[in-house]
Amino acid sequence: MKPPPFEYHAPASVDEACALLGSLEDAKVLAGGQSLVPLLNFRLARPAHIVDINRIPNLDRIYERDGGVAVQALVRHAGVEDSELVARVCPLLSAAVRLVAHRVIRNRGTVCGSLAHADPAAELPAVLLALGGHVVARSTRGERTIPASDFFTSVMQSALAQDELLVEAWFPASPKKSAIAEESRRHGDFALAGAVRAGDRLALFGVAPTPVLADPKNPTQGLQPSGDVEASPEFRLHLVQVLTDRVFAA
Amino acid sequence: MKVNGVPHPAPVDPRRLLSDHLRHDLGLTGTHVGCEHGVCGCCTVLFDGAPIRSCLILAVQAEGHEVMTIEGLAVPDGPLHPVQQAFHECHGLQCGFCTPGFVLSVVGLLAEHPHPTPEQVDEGISGNLCRCTGYASIRRAVARAAELSKQ
Ligand SMILES: Cc1cc2nc3c(=O)[nH]c(=O)nc-3n(C[C@H](O)[C@H](O)[C@H](O)COP(=O)(O)OP(=O)(O)OC[C@H]3O[C@@H](n4cnc5c(N)ncnc54)[C@H](O)[C@@H]3O)c2cc1C
Ligand code: FES
Ligand code: FES
Repeated sequence: MKPPPFEYHAPASVDEACALLGSLEDAKVLAGGQSLVPLLNFRLARPAHIVDINRIPNLDRIYERDGGVAVQALVRHAGVEDSELVARVCPLLSAAVRLVAHRVIRNRGTVCGSLAHADPAAELPAVLLALGGHVVARSTRGERTIPASDFFTSVMQSALAQDELLVEAWFPASPKKSAIAEESRRHGDFALAGAVRAGDRLALFGVAPTPVLADPKNPTQGLQPSGDVEASPEFRLHLVQVLTDRVFAA
Repeated sequence: MKVNGVPHPAPVDPRRLLSDHLRHDLGLTGTHVGCEHGVCGCCTVLFDGAPIRSCLILAVQAEGHEVMTIEGLAVPDGPLHPVQQAFHECHGLQCGFCTPGFVLSVVGLLAEHPHPTPEQVDEGISGNLCRCTGYASIRRAVARAAELSKQ
């Protein structure tokens, strides 16, 4: 199918984008479009306004700060994958981003878009949570920092307000003993379940409405994963145990 | 936007997908459309040199950028591009529906990895679906394309 009608805006600065988001009713940010455009094509999303941030200059930097790496809103997955800085400071993020979709999708999709989209089966939200990182949100009301532990609120829901633009994500340096493991039907598909280890912290994805922190000694405790045609709840719990063992053996 | 080196105005309707713009407004029907949600890879084009899905980008977003479709890869009646030549030699296609997307994805893959390992080949073509070949001949075509590109 084709996208429903909408009004298109291409702001030239973060301030202009925030002003649009603050004044328009029912506006959606368009970053890489790798999640939003499919939703438009299927008409699962019908926003009145699209605010395309791709024309904003100087919003595509990866830089080191506060003992970690900051990834701005227009950094594509492929940019992080190829970044020597990320490989040096946060190799866990380099490894995780390679599990996101396929290279052709990663050429366009953004890291911040993946966080804002908050898909419970996505890799990067769980990485941000395991590392204890944060995101920076901007609006005409000002700027605020939201820790990962407060950011993912429900299935595809985040703590971002309607008028806020996620301007950057900050990933702390990954501890020496870090790893990510997931199980999916085919390479590049969303995971049935996944585990991220950062030192002695464990985050799981694909098994709850949001990524969750878990006890490495008892990772399935309190989990009630859903079942679907691809995996039953029992199989997902089994995967959690196997994947946890795998990342802690690494 | 420039398409295969030729400047074109962007469409007026912002909801026009790049894939539809190429096919319906510019008549470049070599870009195929299978799924319109990024899964099949048939609609892959080069955007400023890197492969992307043309079904997941609005045509207005291509304003100021360079798009290359399968039609732009070789000059008419000239020799085939090495990747096209390799698909031809290795029977990397049967019905051909998936082929433009595969060829452009492989052009992108070889730009990044001129000498891809078998793993890199598999990973590089994993985002494209083919219902005919069973992929074995496509893998061979990628290896052959790497050889031809060296020459
Ligand atoms: C075939 C296919 C396979 C995929 N497989 C995976 C996978 O295995 N794992 C995975 O994690 N993802 C996968 N994805 C999704 C991909 O990672 C997307 O790139 C990502 O989810 C969204 O990033 P984007 O920049 O494309 O965002 P968009 O599609 O542009 O936006 C997504 C949502 O986030 C909002 N948003 C985006 N950026 C901002 C911002 N800066 N501020 C505020 N709101 C914002 C948008 O309004 C929208 O609601 C897949 C996609 C496809 C098409
Ligand atoms: S039509 Fe674009 S990926 Fe299938
Ligand atoms: S050759 Fe027919 S789908 Fe690939």
